[in-house]
Amino acid sequence: MIAELTARELRRYSRHLLIPEIGLSGQERLATARVLVVGAGGLGSPVLQYLAAAGVGRIGIADDDVVDETNLQRQTLFVTSDIGRPKAEAAAERVRAINPFVGADAIGARFEQRNARALVALYDVVLDCSDRFPTRYLVNDACVLEGKPDVYASIFRFDGQVAVFTRDGPCYRCLYPEPPPSMSVPTCAEGGVLGVLAGIVGAWQANEALKLLLGIGEPLVGRLMLIDALSARTREVHFQRDVRCVLCGESPKLDDAIEIRDEEQESIEEIDACELRAALQEWRLLDVREPHEAVLGVLPGALHIPASRLDASLHELDSAQRYIVACRVGVKSRWATRRLREAGFTRVRHLRGGLLAYAAQDESFAFF
Amino acid sequence: MKVRVLAFARVREVLEDGVRSLELREGARVADAWSALAAEKPELALLASSTRIAQNGRLVELGEVLHEGDELALLPPSGGG
Ligand SMILES: [Zn+2]
Repeated sequence: MIAELTARELRRYSRHLLIPEIGLSGQERLATARVLVVGAGGLGSPVLQYLAAAGVGRIGIADDDVVDETNLQRQTLFVTSDIGRPKAEAAAERVRAINPFVGADAIGARFEQRNARALVALYDVVLDCSDRFPTRYLVNDACVLEGKPDVYASIFRFDGQVAVFTRDGPCYRCLYPEPPPSMSVPTCAEGGVLGVLAGIVGAWQANEALKLLLGIGEPLVGRLMLIDALSARTREVHFQRDVRCVLCGESPKLDDAIEIRDEEQESIEEIDACELRAALQEWRLLDVREPHEAVLGVLPGALHIPASRLDASLHELDSAQRYIVACRVGVKSRWATRRLREAGFTRVRHLRGGLLAYAAQDESFAFF
Repeated sequence: MKVRVLAFARVREVLEDGVRSLELREGARVADAWSALAAEKPELALLASSTRIAQNGRLVELGEVLHEGDELALLPPSGGG
C-alpha cells in the first residue's frame, strides 16, 4: 500500500524527509505501518509519544489498567486529571492529540492467552512495554508464532534492557528460558524505578521499532542492550538462538502462546490484607521490609527483621509462635516464608499483596 | 584469580553494589562464581534459576571456565515497564 502524504503531512514530517535514510518513501512506509504497544505505562508513554509524532499510521494500545496517582512520576503521557481513567482510552486520546494523522486503537482488554495471537496478527511490529513477566512471555510467544518482531524493553530502579526479537535471531525465551519466581507482581511497584529511566529506555525502544518499520540500520537482534543510568554506561551482551528453546529451538514444545502461572504462589499459605487485623489477635506480624522501606514505622506489635538479615536472625524467632510474614508487596515475604519453613517453622503464613495491600484499607498506617 | 562482577536489577539490589571483584581458585567456572556470591547472600538462591550470566559480553552457561580478569554480568530478568 502506498500512502499519499498531504501537503500538511509533508510539512509536519519535513525533518524526517530531510534524512536520506527516511525521506519521502520512508515516511510513506511509516504512514502505512501498524504497531501494537502492549502496556501504556512508563515505557509505553515515551514510545507512544514518539511513534505518534513520527507518523506511524496505526497504533494499537493494549492496557486494561486505569491511571493511578503513583504512575504519574514516570508515565508522562498522562496528566493529573487522568487519574482513574482507563489507560488505553486516555493514551489513545493523547496520541490523536499529538498527531491527528495517526489512528489509535484503544484496546482496554487484558492482553492474555485467548486474544494474544489475534491481536498480534493485526499489526506489523509489537512493542513489549508491559510490567508483568507472564505478559512478556505471552507477547514473545504470540510474536514468534505469528512471525512478528517483538521490540522488548524493561526497567528496574536504574537499570534498563532493550532487545529486538525477530525470526532472524533468538527470542525472549532463548534469553530467559526460566521465569523468575513470584513473577506476577509488577516490578516497578516492588522495587521502584527512576522516572526518567522509563523515558531513556522507552526512547531506545521506539527507535528500534522505527528502524524495523523503515528497514534501516542494525537492529538489536541477538544483542541485549543494558542501560545503567547510575553510572551513565551502556553495555551490550551477545546471545544466540538456544537450540533447546521450547519455542524457537530445534524441537519446539510450544505450539501456542502460553500464559505462565505463578506456581509458587499456590503452594504457600496466604492470608488476605482484609483478614490481617483479625488474624493479628493470634498471630504475630513479622515485617521483613528492608530498613529504607520501613522508615515510617511498623505496625504495633510487629517484629521487624529485614529479609536480608533473616538468616542471621533466626534465633530471635520463636518456633512455637505463629507468624504472618509481610513485606512491601509480597515478594520478599514469600521468599522469607519459604526460608522459615525450611528452618522448621511450621506456623507461618504470608500476607498476600504485602503491606501495600493492607495500607489501602488502613489509612492510619503510615506507608509509602 | 580475580574476576570482575557486574550486577544488574534485582541481583544488584541483593548484592548492594553494581560492581565488585571476586577471588576464585584457578580453573573455577561460572557456577563457582555464583556459588561464592550465594554463600554470602542467601537471598540470591531465589534468583538462581532465572538469572543469566554473560562472560565478557557474551551469554554463557554455568559450566564455562573462567579466566583471570574476566568480566561477569549477572542479568536477572527484569519485568518493569
Ligand atoms: Zn527462543
